[in-house]
Amino acid sequence: MRLIRAIALAACLLVPIQALGQASPIQDLLQEHGEVIAKSSRKTIQPAIDALRESGLPAAQTVMERWQEKDLWIREADGAFFFVEKDGDTYTLLDIATGEPAGTADKSELKQLKPNSGIRGLIGAALVQFQLQDPNPASRRAALDAIARDPEASHLEALRGAIETEQDAEIRAAKERMERLLTIPYGDTDQARVAAIRSFDGDLGLDVRAALNPLLATRTVVVEGDAPEALNVARKLRPGGEELTFDDAYELLVSKDLAPPAVDRTAKRVALEANAENGLVAGFATTDLDTWTERNRAYDELAARGVVPADVPVEAQQEAVGAHSYYLAYAEPSAAITDAARRSLASIETGVMVSRGIDITLDALSLASLYFLAAIGLAITFGVMRVINMAHGEFIMMGAYTGYVVQQFVPNYTLSLVVALPLAFAVTFAAGVAMERLVIRWLYNRPLETLLATFGISIALQQLAKNIFGTQARPLTAPGWLDGALVFNDVISISYIRIAIFALGLIFLVLLLFTLNRTRLGLEVRAVTQNPRMAASMGINPDKINMLTFGLGSGIAGIAGVAIGLFAKVTSELGQDYIVQSFMTVVVGGVGNIWGTLAGAALIGFFQKGIEWFNPSNTLAAQTFMIVLIIIFIQFRPRGIIALKGRAAEA
Amino acid sequence: MIRSSFAPGVAPVLGAPKAHRSFVMRNPSVLIFLGILALFTLAVTLGAEATGTGALSTSFVKTLGMTLCLCLVAIAMDLVWGYCGILSLGHFAFFGLGGYMIGMWLMWERTEGIVLSATAAQALPPTPDELRAAVGQQIFGVVGGSEIPAIWAFASSLPAQLALVVLVPGLLALVFGWLAFRSRVTGVYLSILTQAMTLALALYLFQNESGLRGNNGLSGLQNIPGMTHLPQSEVSIRFFWASAAALAIGYVLAAWVVAGKFGSVIRGIRDDEARVRFLGYNVEGYKLVIFTLTAIIAAIAGALYYPQAGIISPAEIAPIASIYLAVWVAIGGRGRLYGAVIGAAFVSLVSSWFTGGQAPDIDLGFYVIRWTDWWLVLLGFSFILVTLFAPKGIGGLVDVIRHKVVPDRHGADLGPDKGSFREAEQQ
Repeated sequence: MRLIRAIALAACLLVPIQALGQASPIQDLLQEHGEVIAKSSRKTIQPAIDALRESGLPAAQTVMERWQEKDLWIREADGAFFFVEKDGDTYTLLDIATGEPAGTADKSELKQLKPNSGIRGLIGAALVQFQLQDPNPASRRAALDAIARDPEASHLEALRGAIETEQDAEIRAAKERMERLLTIPYGDTDQARVAAIRSFDGDLGLDVRAALNPLLATRTVVVEGDAPEALNVARKLRPGGEELTFDDAYELLVSKDLAPPAVDRTAKRVALEANAENGLVAGFATTDLDTWTERNRAYDELAARGVVPADVPVEAQQEAVGAHSYYLAYAEPSAAITDAARRSLASIETGVMVSRGIDITLDALSLASLYFLAAIGLAITFGVMRVINMAHGEFIMMGAYTGYVVQQFVPNYTLSLVVALPLAFAVTFAAGVAMERLVIRWLYNRPLETLLATFGISIALQQLAKNIFGTQARPLTAPGWLDGALVFNDVISISYIRIAIFALGLIFLVLLLFTLNRTRLGLEVRAVTQNPRMAASMGINPDKINMLTFGLGSGIAGIAGVAIGLFAKVTSELGQDYIVQSFMTVVVGGVGNIWGTLAGAALIGFFQKGIEWFNPSNTLAAQTFMIVLIIIFIQFRPRGIIALKGRAAEA
Repeated sequence: MIRSSFAPGVAPVLGAPKAHRSFVMRNPSVLIFLGILALFTLAVTLGAEATGTGALSTSFVKTLGMTLCLCLVAIAMDLVWGYCGILSLGHFAFFGLGGYMIGMWLMWERTEGIVLSATAAQALPPTPDELRAAVGQQIFGVVGGSEIPAIWAFASSLPAQLALVVLVPGLLALVFGWLAFRSRVTGVYLSILTQAMTLALALYLFQNESGLRGNNGLSGLQNIPGMTHLPQSEVSIRFFWASAAALAIGYVLAAWVVAGKFGSVIRGIRDDEARVRFLGYNVEGYKLVIFTLTAIIAAIAGALYYPQAGIISPAEIAPIASIYLAVWVAIGGRGRLYGAVIGAAFVSLVSSWFTGGQAPDIDLGFYVIRWTDWWLVLLGFSFILVTLFAPKGIGGLVDVIRHKVVPDRHGADLGPDKGSFREAEQQ
């Protein structure tokens, strides 16, 4: 039979070109392995795939891809291979080398190759090599990504073969890195694996940690006497300790058939309940069985009567547990590799800590600039007028809603932002001036009442916003160029919005410093801050200064509102989330001084992020701790970090 | 110091030999208040379902009882703000803490009762450990745990929890006040600091790890263990009486405190702290005493309030609640005890009338004003108007009426923040 086949095959190969119509090197190659391909068995297919892979034929990749996708057909008449294009009942044959149409055939004349998943896997592994050498760089990158997602031992060989020919320096580096990563689990020798592991010392990539951590996976092993040589022991465990409780140790023994199973409390309870009759269990009254001493005695009595299986006495359990040793052992048998992995991970850990420190610092900086923006308006008004504006948060909200409304009319996000920032300033400036004229100026010298009156304004404004815009969150979309993040490595990254807020904070710091220190208005503001009466006798109109300062403070709140709205949802409660932090910033920083506010914002921002660092999962706890810390801080500097000195401080 | 005897809330007794007149005679307003409260209690008793005609529904009796508790905490607020000048934005936190402390016992006892009756059908009685585990599962299952936090150690003992109602808020006020006053934090700084304390407490309670069921709070508090056989109508009137009694005692206590020398000193601190200090008084000590005392009064009011409300959650403690408390006192008229009571009763009842949807909507033709949406706007603006034009609040009406009878020789009042200064005196 075999002979006949071989002859037929040879005949086919020798048949003139017209007979097959599409003889080509790839067709020849397939014919050579036609038998195993047609048989389609995972055990025997490897030579055929290897032959295809190593053939170096341009069509080999396509053939393997189509084969994998179950689109390779055999013409039963002569055993030739084709791709097929179905069109109703007629099947158009396509030449496997050129993809040109090569006649038609009826369905019955053809046989579809249906490789099983095992074979498809083998083909896929072989294809990786082609993809890694694909002329298109994007395909080569995609192949690397595919390997990274689902690494296999077979990839290693393909990867090694693809490094030499790589021209693109970047992809070559990526390939070399991937080769080292794959060597960690699949390397031939321990030396090669150790070398690969140590080559990643201090590397912060997540992929490295993902490759190294499985090496250190452990399991608990129980043995009699000393640990066997073959065991890669992490450390010895003491039963009854933190890592291995006494009960766990005994259960381990039971699961290894080294000790008889004990009867646990649930089972005992069930047995006692099952054997209760007329309020009696084995002669014990059920009403007395409300402690485990009594219950154990009743159960032992039941066991003595042979009704239930006997429990293993505690002494016997202790003896059994004591007779064995327990080890935490690595699944990886080689100690050299686990040692190397541990050392590498330790060095990586240090690097990660440093990077996280930098990352947290960046986060803290952006948070601080946010608090600075939110609080500086409050600080200015408080410094000049000794007035705490509880409605400050609502001005922030007003700014954010202004941004939202602008976006309804200006669809271009960048342009709308350019319009929204000054408009928000104008709107809240006007609101601030109106508030000062109508309410605040009647309440000078009554600071506590001002606080409450502004609170009245705050609840009214908040409810008004709710009535106008509804309770659902409104989006204030950031322009495209603010999307995404600036990524330094797998640990350090900062979003562009946060950088923008930092820049905005910086701009306002400079602007305010210039205004207060270099302009006539600033001079007058500082004079009123220090001593309103004296300033008034020098010809400054404190009324006007108060009005302008209040407007300025409110205007900056509006700008801050736009900035906050870019990354938080705009709701009527937006301001509430920042108002207490703003108060804290002012209190901690000290009033009447921009540097004070800056210091306060920095302190609070770094406090908060620092606490989150120690307890990253719980931001509520972080805020609680922060407030407690601030209350303690006030003990040492009751007037803030930068306090006014002299008479002004007592006002 | 002499000026302070003119402070609102204390009848002018110029020239009268104080020692010969009893406390009640010197403070006729106390007697009037007690009389009105007694009449009110009697009227509600006669109208309640359990004890009278049933004209007042059980839920309304509960609302009235709760309102009396709010009046009590308003008195505490008035003592610390109206008389001592400390605008505390934390007294509702003490109120809530009191509620939490009594709520722990209520919830524990009730859950234990439920567990016991559920296990009665089983063949074996539960061991103490099993009982605790079952109760823990019932109470803390909602926050994904069954461990019983250490702070619930005394939850099964009523006397212990009653002591905690006083001790926990009292100690918190003592420690916080000591820290704040010794570093001479005053004025708006102090207000902000107390607000921060309130926020910290609320945020802490919002966590599941706080051991007080996170944002679920404590619930089912209206079922009083030991009174489960009574209908809610009976329970509600009993709590109403208890609240009325607490309010009466609190009012008399507060009136007694402010009528004596202590009251004069704290009013002096309000009017000019530095001057009182230079006179040799330990200002911080006085402030600490009044701060802690009012925190305890607030906690007791909370402990009476929440069994009637039935549920307490961290949202109740949020800083805004304490600000509302200040608003009530300001609207009622601070610096006079009956002002605080009037403010709390008036604003909280009107507020529940408006937000409860009972107030009729106003149709403007182009827009319908729904009071559930617009009540806060109205409250905010009326509050601003009161601050601007009637700094003495509703209680100021009493002065207007009195000065119709007896002409005021000291000129117009300059408002509470100017202390007892009158226009004529400032010249």
